[in-house]
Amino acid sequence: MTEAVIIGAGLHPFGRFPGKPALDMGADAVRLALADAGVTWPQIQGGYIGSYEVANPDAIVGRLGLTGVPLRGVFNGCATAGTAIALAARAIETGEHDLTIAIGLDKHPRGAFAADPSVAGIPSWYGQTGLFLTTHFFGMKINRYMHDHGISHETLARVASKNFRNAAGNDKAWRRTPLTPEEVLASPVLNYPLRQFMYCGPNEGAAALILCRADQAHKYTGKPVRVRSTALRSRRLGAFEVQSPSFPVGEPVASPTVDASLAAYESAGIGPEDVDVAQLQDTDAGSEIIHMAENGLCKDGEQERLIAEGVTEIGGRLPVNTDGGLLGNGEPIGASGLRQIHEIVLQLRGTAGDRQIPGTPRVGYTHLYGAPGASAVTILST
Amino acid sequence: MTLNQKPVAEGLFTWPPDATAPPRLIGSECVACGLISFPAAADCVRCASQESRQRLLSDRGTLWTYTTQNFRPPSPPYDGPDAFEPYAVGYIELPGELLVEARLTEPDPEKLKVGQDMRLTLVPYAVRDDGTEVVTFAFTPMEKEGS
Ligand SMILES: [Zn+2]
Repeated sequence: MTEAVIIGAGLHPFGRFPGKPALDMGADAVRLALADAGVTWPQIQGGYIGSYEVANPDAIVGRLGLTGVPLRGVFNGCATAGTAIALAARAIETGEHDLTIAIGLDKHPRGAFAADPSVAGIPSWYGQTGLFLTTHFFGMKINRYMHDHGISHETLARVASKNFRNAAGNDKAWRRTPLTPEEVLASPVLNYPLRQFMYCGPNEGAAALILCRADQAHKYTGKPVRVRSTALRSRRLGAFEVQSPSFPVGEPVASPTVDASLAAYESAGIGPEDVDVAQLQDTDAGSEIIHMAENGLCKDGEQERLIAEGVTEIGGRLPVNTDGGLLGNGEPIGASGLRQIHEIVLQLRGTAGDRQIPGTPRVGYTHLYGAPGASAVTILST
Repeated sequence: MTLNQKPVAEGLFTWPPDATAPPRLIGSECVACGLISFPAAADCVRCASQESRQRLLSDRGTLWTYTTQNFRPPSPPYDGPDAFEPYAVGYIELPGELLVEARLTEPDPEKLKVGQDMRLTLVPYAVRDDGTEVVTFAFTPMEKEGS
């Protein structure tokens, strides 16, 4: 089976763009990716496109060119972009296409998501009585985790502060004002122990990646980024997951993040000790802390020391969310994971500018988690 | 419970409660594998059986984790009063049965603790235009013996 490599990456800034449709942001991201790869739209043989808000994201061909290209819409909640890149890579690996594209775009209104619980298979009373909030899950998961593993409120604040600081050095990020841990801790509690500046917000943006067969990459770039593995897992019975009115008692069951992570490492033949830079789903500061362990990058409870020592900073041994993560960039759902991979591509090429990590990074790792308990992991390397 | 109260949904907890029959959550138990579910579910997510029987769940448990809700949730789906009072939510472990998510009657996180004993209660959380109070289930910290 042939291998898929990334030869082009394009990112529309994340933020708020009044009057600009999501499809236009997506088209901008695609043009940037095409230019980066040195290919034209008619050369693209197939692709996958994800969005939460846009009913027919494949309508983007109306902006780019009606070439007849098969462009399939995909959606897996916050793991949508993981699905888009996985399928774009799979189409190359199986020989269906030589040149593919993964696109994500979204344009969310201000404020928390307010869906009807019935669309998630959840009864109405759960929403009526004020239980249907994803932020509850994140508050409750980190609260229990802090109790079990000795994580402090200061560590939550340090993570948020780091990601805003990293975003300040990223001209495509949304929240570019650095905040000290003290300023983070002074913001109002939204869902104990999580405060306003410890949460990411839904917003707008787009990203695109061009992939090709590894044996043809030399035609386009001297620095292809290899897609070593992709894995997607949904929740298993007994795991503590978002939007669950109840779950069974008994031995703890691993989250889909653990399952996806183990599968991705195994299929890549790469271990957590090899990871040079990681982009982890930081819906909130607590999630980044938990996801460090769930992705095998440390043991439960080690985060308290590692974060105090600066290990996850840009200059540290294991930089996490170097572009500011979701906290700094916000979350246009369909685009979020491709933004993560865009950052890894820059870091592995050595072109991340002021936020370039030192040394010669070889392995990058990206992770998504979201409702109703789905996780996607992508492992990339030079 | 008075006449101008009604439960937020039928089949969620026993109604109306009285002194001799305190409220209980209505769950279900898979006839084939015994998996307990709440709310009651016909389909079993463990063995895929579609046969289940009703089971009233324990009204006592321990607090597994909790958080607070300090801003008014988006409406809809939330239909509580416009004048918002912060509340707490948590998962209560009902031993041998399941962990259930519920509102907590104690809104102050400093007064909640992982592992503390909790008891089921019912609370009015909204008032309709005709004055009817809508009641939902919640868990409340149990008084310590003798206190
Ligand atoms: Zn069963």
